[in-house]
Amino acid sequence: MNGASTLFKKEVLRFWKVSFQTVAAPVLTACMYLLVFGHTLEDHVKVYDSVSYTRFLIPGLVMMSVLQNAFANSSSSLIQSKITGNLVFLLLTPLSPLAWFVAYVGAAIVRGVAVGLGVLLVTAWFAPPGLDNLLWVLVFTVLGAGLMGTLGLIAGLWAEKFDQLAAFQNFIIMPMTFLSGVFYSVHSLPAFWLGVSHLNPFFYMIDGFRRGFFGVSDVSPWLSFGVVASSFVVTAGLALSLLQRGYKIRS
Amino acid sequence: MPSAAPSVAIAFENVKKTYRGGQVKALDGVSFDIGCGEFFGLLGPNGAGKTTLISVLAGLARATEGRVRVMGHDVVDDYAAARKALGVVPQELVFDPFFSVRESLRIQSGYFGVKHNDDWIDELLANLGLADKANANMRQLSGGMKRRVLVAQALVHRPPVIVLDEPTAGVDVELRQTLWQFIARLNKEGHTVLLTTHYLEEAEALCQRIGMLKAGRIVALDSTSQLLAGTAHTMLRFKTDAALPAEVAARARLTGRIVQVTAHDAAEVETTLATLRAAGVPVEDLEIGRADLEDVFLNIMQGDAA
Repeated sequence: MNGASTLFKKEVLRFWKVSFQTVAAPVLTACMYLLVFGHTLEDHVKVYDSVSYTRFLIPGLVMMSVLQNAFANSSSSLIQSKITGNLVFLLLTPLSPLAWFVAYVGAAIVRGVAVGLGVLLVTAWFAPPGLDNLLWVLVFTVLGAGLMGTLGLIAGLWAEKFDQLAAFQNFIIMPMTFLSGVFYSVHSLPAFWLGVSHLNPFFYMIDGFRRGFFGVSDVSPWLSFGVVASSFVVTAGLALSLLQRGYKIRS
Repeated sequence: MPSAAPSVAIAFENVKKTYRGGQVKALDGVSFDIGCGEFFGLLGPNGAGKTTLISVLAGLARATEGRVRVMGHDVVDDYAAARKALGVVPQELVFDPFFSVRESLRIQSGYFGVKHNDDWIDELLANLGLADKANANMRQLSGGMKRRVLVAQALVHRPPVIVLDEPTAGVDVELRQTLWQFIARLNKEGHTVLLTTHYLEEAEALCQRIGMLKAGRIVALDSTSQLLAGTAHTMLRFKTDAALPAEVAARARLTGRIVQVTAHDAAEVETTLATLRAAGVPVEDLEIGRADLEDVFLNIMQGDAA
């Protein structure tokens, strides 16, 4: 796995060299959400008795940023390399499919954590969210970012142009993150949409993550852990099999 | 690495590559070996399958049938060892815009598990005239400089086998000379070189053996000297505006006013000149010379060998 560590470092350097765009910008976006939604809904929405709406919102925004940026890192790196043709430098190397997977997903987790930490530090200044169980916070951060980094890897392999990747991001990832209970508790939804939300793996990532902060959640954190971990295993298996076949990267 | 040093650097065994469910045959049963330490030229017109063959060799494409080995390692079953033995300079001028020249080389070296490789990187930079560009971002380099970096990237893990896919396409004379001096030195030091090029004079000057591909098949495979000896020995070159007599025209190649006619011996040269005189064809700037690789190439490609 000697080569994998180089690819991992290169992938981290790639986003770090443009960190205004890849880290600072998403932190600012999340702060805007907090300012606008927190300010306008603070007195109108109460999700948990002991938690103000602004405090409730913070872990959701942090996790949404982690997930979106983890996805963006692996997917945009791969599609850029495919379109500019410099993926050939990697294709010529002895790196195994597992090495590709570990490096791309590892770097996606680092980017997700970097942005999530940035959002947490800035938003906590407005309203400290508190901490109930650090372990749940860490488990859901790493697993969620890993799952999204893996999905980004799959999307990056599949997409042949930026347009297709944007469609994947805007029509699948974005609605699923928005409809996962970032801005509300799914229990406030009508029965049908509550059922739909329970089919959305993003809901479990956000709910489990939030549990680590408040000690309360919509479903058991163990259920969330089971759903997120099994989703990760399934997508990781798919990504590894696509890499093994050289799907859309080796003719 | 196998215990005994292999004598064959690259072995192609009945390599076939088809696309669109077999409708397009890019490679149609290619078999030949390249010995260790050889400087081998792979020639062929556009679309003959040269790049496909190199892609199969480098693992960028998978053969539909057949096997390829690099230093005894199968490029599919033992891909890691095969790729470590191979340094490929791709045809397309590609680069990673996020990194400097030195960073690109360190990263490429790291992919092959070769760390702390700065001495060799410095030597590559010096030999390829890149020393003063080491810290420049790849985006700031001219096309020729980017091409040099591609060569350095291919050599950064010290592979015993070097593959150059049209490395001098569209580059200036200075780079060509720098590049060939360096590659010739590496070849003398024992590296095997596989070169594809459109510049036949380069192949003639550098390659000990040449294979010619046409429509996915090898149609000629011999030492460069044998290929040259096996064709018409003599070439008549002259300029004229007049129409050529039919029996001369059949053996002639026309480039504007310049006519080149092949002849097997002196008697045939005399007959040709007599025929031109008899037909009243005015001949200017007459030269008689040896046939070159271009003539061999055209003879083979225009023939029915495939």
